[in-house]
Amino acid sequence: MKKRPLVALAVLSASILGCAAVTTDATDSADANTDSNERYRAQAIALMKSSFHDKEQATMDRLDQDGVQRVCDRQPDTPERAQERAALEKVELAAVKFPADGKFLGNFVEGEKIAQSGVGLQWSDKAGSIAGGNCYACHQLTKAEVSYGNLGPSLYHYGKLRGDADASLRYTWTRLYNAKAYNACSNMPRFGHKGILSEQQLKDVMALLLDPKSPVNQ
Amino acid sequence: MPAVAAAITAITIVTSPVVLIAAVAGLLLPGSLAQAQTASESVAKYREMLADGNPAELWEARGETIWNEKRGPQQVSLAGCDLGRGPGVVKGAYVGLPKYFADTDKVQDVEQRLITCMTTLQGLSLEEAKRQPFGAGTAKKSTMDALVAWIASESRGMKIAPGSKHPKEIQAFKVGQTIFNYRGGPYDFACATCHSAPQQRIRLQELPDLTNKAEAQKSYASWPAYRVSQGEVRTMQHRLNDCFRQQRFPEPGYASDAITALTMYLAQQAQGGEFNAPAMKR
Repeated sequence: MKKRPLVALAVLSASILGCAAVTTDATDSADANTDSNERYRAQAIALMKSSFHDKEQATMDRLDQDGVQRVCDRQPDTPERAQERAALEKVELAAVKFPADGKFLGNFVEGEKIAQSGVGLQWSDKAGSIAGGNCYACHQLTKAEVSYGNLGPSLYHYGKLRGDADASLRYTWTRLYNAKAYNACSNMPRFGHKGILSEQQLKDVMALLLDPKSPVNQ
Repeated sequence: MPAVAAAITAITIVTSPVVLIAAVAGLLLPGSLAQAQTASESVAKYREMLADGNPAELWEARGETIWNEKRGPQQVSLAGCDLGRGPGVVKGAYVGLPKYFADTDKVQDVEQRLITCMTTLQGLSLEEAKRQPFGAGTAKKSTMDALVAWIASESRGMKIAPGSKHPKEIQAFKVGQTIFNYRGGPYDFACATCHSAPQQRIRLQELPDLTNKAEAQKSYASWPAYRVSQGEVRTMQHRLNDCFRQQRFPEPGYASDAITALTMYLAQQAQGGEFNAPAMKR
């Protein structure tokens, strides 16, 4: 997503308003509601652009939404938006890069470190520092780590339950690489797609989940 | 000051005096004598604070002093400052914010309003008014944090009732709601990612569902708060700043209109709740 000029938004919101004004008698309340939501949305974006500023690595372009970010926070939901989400999932899925060497599993000991680390991409993090996956923020993984969140499902015994057949490997890789490929509005970051984790780091997290010797599967 | 923070944490966890002394002694053993003195002094200070309740009271007292102090080129106090209930009225002002002010023709939260008063009444520059927005230890105390803590304390026990009728108040609420739901950054996070479902946690930290009235009331009513882990009073303004940091967003400007709009959304979600801050948190 490249920078979208605010002028375009202003024109867009003005034209929506103009339409609503001209076609009042033909506009039902649901449409009016959609129009006003779009107007507030344009105002909110303009306000964020004038209120926020770059800080260290956290630069203003981070406010520019791409397709899946844009489609998921809009109300009300409509059949058109459901179609849009389905179309975006296809695009995200097509962009998934599988490991160049065909090997999906790295080292689960390294994977555990990545799962524990919440470092990365905040303005308070050193620029260029290696990001973690922070998996435990949202998921249960090993039995030993009791400090885990519940925003995502428990992944305890993940490999034991799913096995490490090729389909399971490819499915899990896709989930980690880009959770939006299966659910455009998933809360999970797109670790591969957005370059948060490297290919090797993804392999190590794969091993944590799927290696039969990993503590996740004990 | 990690030593102080550690000592404070130790105290809050341990309640028995004997265990407490052992914990503090354990904490001090590896340090030099100078460090030991500093740490034991801090512990003593902290116990002193606790004897009277919440350490936030120190911020409140300082805030009241600053409010009455003659400051700026005009050498006047803030006694003429209108926080929404008339010039100089602090009682109940915090729970009535954010609200629309005719003189500035905008919706303002407590920080924005204080800045207006400091620049118009006292003649301070914008930079001077916003200097040291968030406290960072005894060497870098924040005037604003202290003022906000005091003003908030003067609304304790009152009902949260931000402005909600003026067209600009309605607009601020709707824009704030949009910001709450706005996904962005490299992690695709919005405020809503963590705060729009019941009984969610990051690690073991419970997350308020701010789309739920009861939880929004409880949460909004508890800021500002003395953060034991930081040794500082933190305001809602700071809480939101730190949320955006974790969302991997760029930084919201201090007392910016986006923060005011988001605060308006949260305050209206919490409407009718009983205000109970400054509170004390981990």
